[in-house]
Amino acid sequence: MRDVAVVSYAQSPAQRDAGGTTDVEMLVPVIDRALADAQLTRKEIDFICSGSCDYLAGGAFSFVMAVDALGATPSAQESHVEMDAAWALYEAWLKFQCGEIDVALIYGFGKSAPGDLPDVLSLQLDPYYTQPLWPDSISLAAIQAQMALAKGCFTERDMAEVVAASRRNAIHNPAAQLKGEFDVSDLLKEETFVSPLRKHDCCPITDGCSVLILASAEKARALCERPVWLRGINHRMESHFLGTRDLTTSTSTMKAAETLKLDGDKLDVAELYAPFSHQQLILQQSLKLTDNTRVNPSGGALAGHVLMAAGLDRFGAAAREIWSGRADRALAHATSGPCLQQNMLAILEGA
Amino acid sequence: MTATEQRLEAEFELGFTYSRSLGPVIGTCFAAFAQKRFLGMRRSDGSVLFPPLEYDPDTAEALSEWVELGSSGVVEGFCWVKQPREKHGELAPFAWALIKLDGADTPFLHKLRVGEEQSVHVGLRVKPVWVAEPLGDITDIAAFVPAAEELTS
Repeated sequence: MRDVAVVSYAQSPAQRDAGGTTDVEMLVPVIDRALADAQLTRKEIDFICSGSCDYLAGGAFSFVMAVDALGATPSAQESHVEMDAAWALYEAWLKFQCGEIDVALIYGFGKSAPGDLPDVLSLQLDPYYTQPLWPDSISLAAIQAQMALAKGCFTERDMAEVVAASRRNAIHNPAAQLKGEFDVSDLLKEETFVSPLRKHDCCPITDGCSVLILASAEKARALCERPVWLRGINHRMESHFLGTRDLTTSTSTMKAAETLKLDGDKLDVAELYAPFSHQQLILQQSLKLTDNTRVNPSGGALAGHVLMAAGLDRFGAAAREIWSGRADRALAHATSGPCLQQNMLAILEGA
Repeated sequence: MTATEQRLEAEFELGFTYSRSLGPVIGTCFAAFAQKRFLGMRRSDGSVLFPPLEYDPDTAEALSEWVELGSSGVVEGFCWVKQPREKHGELAPFAWALIKLDGADTPFLHKLRVGEEQSVHVGLRVKPVWVAEPLGDITDIAAFVPAAEELTS
């Protein structure tokens, strides 16, 4: 395997509504910052890969417009995934393994505010048995929470504690949307939204974007004081059909962890992409994380959720922990689909 | 006539505007809805999938053994929607439920119409409310209701 490292990461502020700002206008300053931090110019990028969702913009191939943010010249290999940009990172990693590139720029962006996100996400469901009923993303997550609560996997107080910790951690994250000190008992006094979920159990609606730069070993050492090495990456998915899955655990996460020989006890940090509070608990349990691991020091997706960039943000946030010296070994996790259908794990190390 | 007088116009619908056939498995399942019947699909381990799938989700094995299922089922998981979204097509609060039909081993998602949240629980027996004229679609079932209630469409 070719060694690949994260050498730069930048993100826009997580905003509830970016108004008339276009995707390109959001991306340009963030791309500039990511390049500047690594002292790179656009000319040195071999491969560009993005993650976005045409359904958010409401037009087929709308992602092509965003390429303008990088300019048409000089020509570079370019690709796109209709998934979270964490999967764009995975594609770039494969291209490194093929020996085709030395520097890759990955970006993810999304403006969820103009549409109705829970309804839009309904369109990712199987189009015959499920989607015609228009079950929204919050309702599906709520069923998962109900089943896990009924099974005794965790309590509603545990869920509220996840929310309080997310917002407390986010105080130190200038890009975060929701932050502050919240009392768990007060959170539990709030009425339910789609029962058993309360509004605070659900990630916010966010407009924004993120950019991450990967480099091969020789380049990385030249570009970055402490490259964050990508030691392993694995992606697994479960059935499209909710009824054939055990929603109270994350089988695909466990399979990915097993493949990576991940020891949940030996991680300084885990950045988990959990759009709902109970999903963080399901992931922590599936990964067998212990108190040795700080979970979501950035605040995670509950503190700001740019759909199609939130998974890439876990890589960026984990890398920041290593760059700062607060961690040597971190886990980045990304998810896609209803109720944690797909999961990707990556191990990041400072040395 | 000048070129500027003739403007080209085209209808545009944002959506998946292709027509498609349902295939032998989903098609058979939906055709049975016309007779208000539920057909499941047996897997090699003997368990029965509903909704029926062409391939085993775990082993990818092709499946073809049909199994007649009962006409009602039980709730395995649920959530309560206080304020239905426009797309839900429900006028009053309702539950989304994973419902396991009698004879099936996997539950499927549908709406459950019931007066109040407290009335929904795991194990609740429910039955379908069929629409007057089934079209061969999952929406041929308007919703499920508690089995103890009279059928009301």
